[in-house]
Amino acid sequence: MESVLGRYRNLTILVGVLFLQVLGLAVQVKRSADSENTRLIRVWAVSAITPFERGLVWLQNGGNNLLHDYFFLRGVRAENRQLKDQIEQMKLERARLSEEAIQAERLQSLLAFKELVKINTVAAQVIGSSGSDLSRSIYIDKGENAGLKADMAVITAGGIVGKVWLVYPSTSLVLMINDQSSGVGVFLEKSRLQGVLRGTPNGELILERVMSDEQVVPGEAVLSSGGDQIFPKGLPVGTVSKVGPGRDLFLNINVKPAADLSRLEEVLVVTQKEEREPVAQSGASVRAADILARRLPSVPDKPATVPGAVSTGNTGAKPQPNDAGKPVATPATKLAAKPAPASAAASSATGVAKPASGEPLKKVVQKPASGDSETNGGTGSALSTDATSDTSTGASKSVNSPAKPAAAQPKPASPQAAPPPAATEDNPH
Amino acid sequence: MPITYTSEEQIEVYRFSIPVTVGVPLLALFLQAFLPHRFPFFRIFDLPLLVTIYFGMARRNPISGLLTGAAIGLVQDMLGPYPIGIYGIAKTVVGYLASSLGVKLDVENAGTRLLVTLGFYLVHAAVYFTVARGMVNLKLDWSWGWGVLQGLANAVVGVALYFVLDKFKQRT
Repeated sequence: MESVLGRYRNLTILVGVLFLQVLGLAVQVKRSADSENTRLIRVWAVSAITPFERGLVWLQNGGNNLLHDYFFLRGVRAENRQLKDQIEQMKLERARLSEEAIQAERLQSLLAFKELVKINTVAAQVIGSSGSDLSRSIYIDKGENAGLKADMAVITAGGIVGKVWLVYPSTSLVLMINDQSSGVGVFLEKSRLQGVLRGTPNGELILERVMSDEQVVPGEAVLSSGGDQIFPKGLPVGTVSKVGPGRDLFLNINVKPAADLSRLEEVLVVTQKEEREPVAQSGASVRAADILARRLPSVPDKPATVPGAVSTGNTGAKPQPNDAGKPVATPATKLAAKPAPASAAASSATGVAKPASGEPLKKVVQKPASGDSETNGGTGSALSTDATSDTSTGASKSVNSPAKPAAAQPKPASPQAAPPPAATEDNPH
Repeated sequence: MPITYTSEEQIEVYRFSIPVTVGVPLLALFLQAFLPHRFPFFRIFDLPLLVTIYFGMARRNPISGLLTGAAIGLVQDMLGPYPIGIYGIAKTVVGYLASSLGVKLDVENAGTRLLVTLGFYLVHAAVYFTVARGMVNLKLDWSWGWGVLQGLANAVVGVALYFVLDKFKQRT
């Protein structure tokens, strides 16, 4: 036996080393998907490498700053003038967008669409990668000490990047969306088709699970659906670049990522994400019949005939209880003249009106009153690049962060300011 | 000139100083982690693999070759997102084969080095994919065209790298 081992010493050692590694691999695979059992040695390896990466990134940034701050100052005055002009234009644009944001919020409240996305982010710098062509992952310079945890979404102002995979004290490994093992729940912006976005060996993105009989057009935006419980809903993911027939009745859709995944410098890690589904804000419990009534098509009301009494059902209207104790839609003419108290309005924002006997069903949808914190958020895809502040992902919020309480935004009585169909809210859809 | 003899051929066995033995693999691992972030095309190269092949062929000692490959591969695994051991196994095999081949072939000229590196790149990929798909159940896809292209790119870079590393080797 000894002579056999001595004769095949090299081969024996090879088999032994391979066996040990296979054993270690099997233990890792069997225990769980998380990497807690190999955490310590990973920490050692990462701790040995990342200080040098940090140092090099620091040197590179320092060199760039030196060049830009001291040697490339020619033309700064002209650039300053240009930027001031740009700021003026942006102020005008901001004012316009603010108005649009107010309008969007009003319409959202009219539609009882109170979904709220509140995001806290931490800015991080990309310092390295896993260095393998077979995995698409990067290292960022923030870790547990900055409050990062596994499975947090990593985004840029352009779009989503990936998720935090492994967290170390001062660094984290981020698995990018174009890694072969990653998957993101997405939907197409216009057609609202849902699918799963996966990476390929070449680092491309493929949208899977879209049936071949669906119409998908190149150029259509792809947004995160939120179904993966990692990425907030509505964040830009990319655009459809190519559509072709795939396998098993599914389309083969190539997606160009919105964020430049190959040249990432800084990213934002979503440390806190609070999403709320649209809910009826009525304090009273909603009956199944009410929900059904809401979904059924209803007979549109006749437009208000009283001159000057225009369509302001969303301004703090308060359903009046009838004999049975159910809220009843107050006529628009009265609502316009009688704003409700904040608390009452908040509690009955999307109340479903019970009809009086013989009357058609009506819905009363109100704008939330002042102090309703949920009005601070909207839905949408625009991202604030403010890295450390609470960031609402509403398209309106990124340009118009202050809350717009109903009491602070009295509805003008003019028909231009409040569209009559919305105000009568018989069929907000 | 000390020369070792194997199979009636005169084959030189080289050794490296400790700083080179430790520093070159670490430098390769560091560059592999750092450069693809700055230069995305660099992702196609596998410097740790090239270093494994070089040390294996130069030392011509299978045990030393497989241990070098195992160490480099395991550290590379630690830096990646997948379970530790996939690169380790692949590079162990390559290190062993490279040193075994070094005993039998003259791997000093550029042409041989190019072909050998291309071959080992494919062997490495084959072992990696086998382990990744068979054991870890990773859904990796292999593209022959892309794989051979990457192998050729690595072989070209490897030949250049080997000539640089030749400066550090010492005859035993």
